[in-house]
Amino acid sequence: MPDGATPFVLDVKDLKTVFRTRGGEVHAVNDVSFTLKPGELLGVVGESGSGKSVTMMSLIRLLPMPPAEIRGGSVMFEGQDLAKVPEDTMRAIRGARIGMVFQDPMTSLNPVFTVGYQIMEPLRTHMGLNKAQAANRAVELMELVGINDARRRLDDYPHQFSGGMRQRVMIAIALACDPKVLIADEPTTALDVTIQAQILELIKDLRQKLGMAIVWITHDLGVIAGIADRVMVMYGGQVVEQAPVRELFANPQHPYTRMLLETVPRITGERSEKLRVIEGQPPMLSKAPESCPFRARCPQAFDRCASQNPARFDVGPSHDAACFWDFKTGAPRHV
Amino acid sequence: MLTYTIRRLILAIPTLLFISFIIFLIVKLSPSDPTAGLPLTIPPEVREQIRQSLGVNDPILIQYFKWLKLMMWDEPLHLIEGWTGWNVAPEGGARIISYQTRSPVMDLIIQRMPQTLWVVGTSYIVGILIALPLGIISAYKQYSIFDQVGTFISMVGFSVPTFFTGVLFIVIFAVNLGWFPSVYNTTHVVTDWDSFVVQLKQIIMPVMVLGLYNASQISRYMRASMLDNLNQDYVRTARAKGLNEKVVVLVHVLRNSMIPVVTVIALNIPAVFGGAIITEQVFKVNGIGQLLIIAIQGGDVPVVQTVSFIFAVLIVLFNLLADVLYGVLDPRIRYD
Ligand SMILES: Nc1ncnc2c1ncn2[C@@H]1O[C@H](COP(=O)(O)OP(=O)(O)OP(=O)(O)O)[C@@H](O)[C@H]1O
Ligand SMILES: [Mg+2]
Repeated sequence: MPDGATPFVLDVKDLKTVFRTRGGEVHAVNDVSFTLKPGELLGVVGESGSGKSVTMMSLIRLLPMPPAEIRGGSVMFEGQDLAKVPEDTMRAIRGARIGMVFQDPMTSLNPVFTVGYQIMEPLRTHMGLNKAQAANRAVELMELVGINDARRRLDDYPHQFSGGMRQRVMIAIALACDPKVLIADEPTTALDVTIQAQILELIKDLRQKLGMAIVWITHDLGVIAGIADRVMVMYGGQVVEQAPVRELFANPQHPYTRMLLETVPRITGERSEKLRVIEGQPPMLSKAPESCPFRARCPQAFDRCASQNPARFDVGPSHDAACFWDFKTGAPRHV
Repeated sequence: MLTYTIRRLILAIPTLLFISFIIFLIVKLSPSDPTAGLPLTIPPEVREQIRQSLGVNDPILIQYFKWLKLMMWDEPLHLIEGWTGWNVAPEGGARIISYQTRSPVMDLIIQRMPQTLWVVGTSYIVGILIALPLGIISAYKQYSIFDQVGTFISMVGFSVPTFFTGVLFIVIFAVNLGWFPSVYNTTHVVTDWDSFVVQLKQIIMPVMVLGLYNASQISRYMRASMLDNLNQDYVRTARAKGLNEKVVVLVHVLRNSMIPVVTVIALNIPAVFGGAIITEQVFKVNGIGQLLIIAIQGGDVPVVQTVSFIFAVLIVLFNLLADVLYGVLDPRIRYD
C-alpha cells in the first residue's frame, strides 16, 4: 500500500450534523464514525429518524444548508476531506465518484426530461462526452441495468416507465460515471416485493461486474442478511453497533440490535406469535447526547447509562457496540 | 395535439355562439335609446324614424341574427380585405354601424387597436420580464430580505387597483416631478431618436402602472410554483448528479415551474385587455378600452356588443392556447 493511503475508500470520523430550525436545534448525526473498504457492501439499519439518511447526505453535502450544518468531523475520500473541500470539488465528486440512489423512484426523476437526457447529464457534465458519445454510453448503461430496447427508450419520459424500471434508471444514473462508492438509500422500500427482489439481484450482479463499494440503507434486516458484508446499526443519530453480517445476526451485543432482531418475523415461527415491536419513543434530538440515547427503552439500563454516553467498545473481531452492559459476562462493563 | 387543437376550435364555436347571444341580450335589454345622444330639437317622429332605420324595433331574435351574420361573416371579410387588399368583402354590404359615429364599428376598433396593443402588450412583456426573475430569486432565497421585500411589494401591487397607482404616478411623476407627460398623445409619430424619446416618456407611466400590476400577479405564481418544485425529489437527484446550482435551478426546477406559469400568462392576456380599460381612462389613451367606455356612456349598443364579443373571443382563444401550451410543456399530458 502506497504511503499515506488508507485501506478504505471512505473513512468517516466523528461526523456531526445539526439542523437549526425554528423550534431549536436537531442533532441528527452525533459523532458518527465508520469506514468502507473497496468493494465492500455496508448495510445501515435503524428505525425511522435514527439519522441514516442524514449521515449519508452529510457525506456528500447534499443537505440543504441552512438549515443543516456540519458541525465537525472528517470524511476522507480519495485523499481529500469531503467535509472541507470547496463546493466545486465536492460537485465534481458527486455523481461522478460517489453515486446515489434514493427511495422513491416515482418522484426522483424529473418528469419533463427524457430518461436519456437524465442519464446523459452526468456523463456530459463529468466526463465531457459529446451528445452522441453520451447517448451510446447511456444505452450501454440502460442495458447494464436490464432495460430492454434501450436505444428506443432513450427518448421516453419517466412516466412511461414502471416503478421498478424507474429505479433501474436511477441506478443507471448513479453508475453512469463508474463511481467508487454507491450510496443506496432504501432503494427498494417503495417497490413491491417481486420488484424489490429483482433490484436486489441487479445490485448484487452489478457489484460483481463493477466492483464499487456500496452503502445500503434499509429498514429490512432480511435484505441486509442477504447482501451485506458488514452492518452498522444506528440509533438516535449514533452508531450503536457495527459488525460483520454473520457476527451481528449470531451475536448481537447492543440491546437495541437484539430487540431489532427480535422484531423480525420468522417464517418458521409459530403463527400465533405476534410481531414484536420496540416499546417507547425514539429519543429527542434537541441536544447533543450526554447519556445513552437508548436508555429509556433499554431493559439493561442502569445508573451509569443516565450519566454518560457509552463509547463504542470493541466486543469482538471488527465488532463494536456502544453499550455499558456486557452481554458476554451478563454484567456491566468495567471500562 | 393537432387533432386536439382542431377539436377544441370546433367546440369553441357553440361556446362563442352562446356567449354572443348572452352579450347581445344583456346589452340590448339595457334601457338605452340610440337617439338619446341626438340634439333635443329633433322631434319625436323623426326619432322614431331613426330608430326604425337602425332596426331597433325589429323582434329581438331577428336583430340578433342580423348582428351575428355581420359579426361572423361580413366583418371578418372586411377585415381580410383591409389587411390583404383582396377584393373579398361583399360590395356595398351591410356593416355593424356605430350609433354615435355612424362609421363601421370594425373601423373604429382597428383605429383604436394599435394604441391598446402598444400599451397592453409592452406592459405585459415588462410585467413578465420583472416577474420571472423576481419569482425565481424569491423562491430560491425564500425568507431572505429580497424575498420578504419582493413578496411585500407584490402583495401591495396586487391589492392596490391600477386606477389608484395610475393617479398616484401622475401626481408624483407628472405633476410634482414633471418627468413624464400625464396624457398619452396617440397622434405622436416616431420618426427619429428625439420623437422616440418622447414616445418612451409618454408610454412609460401607463406601461409601468399596468406592468407592475401584472408583475405582482405573475411573480406570485412564479414564486409559488418554484417553491413547489424546489422541494421535489428530482431536485435532490439533480444535485446528487453533481450539477451546479445554475443548472439545477434554471434547467431542472424552472422547466417544471414554468408549466403552470405559462398557462397563467396565457390565460391572463384577455384579462389584461380588460384591466387596460381603466388605465386607458386614467392616462387618456384612446384605445379599445376608452372606446368601450364612451360607447357605454353614449348607449352605443353595436360598439358595446362588438367590443364585448371580441373580448369573449380572446378569452376563449387564450383558454385554448393555455391548454395547448400545457400539453406541449408537460410530457405527462396526452391529448388524444
Ligand atoms: N430538513 C430537516 N430539518 C430538521 N430536521 C431534520 C431535517 N431532515 C431530517 N431531520 C431530522 O433528522 C433526523 C434524522 O433523519 P433521517 O432522515 O436521517 O432518518 P432516517 O434514519 O433516514 O429515517 P428513515 O428510515 O425514516 O428514512 C430526524 O429526527 C429528522 O427529524
Ligand atoms: Mg431515510
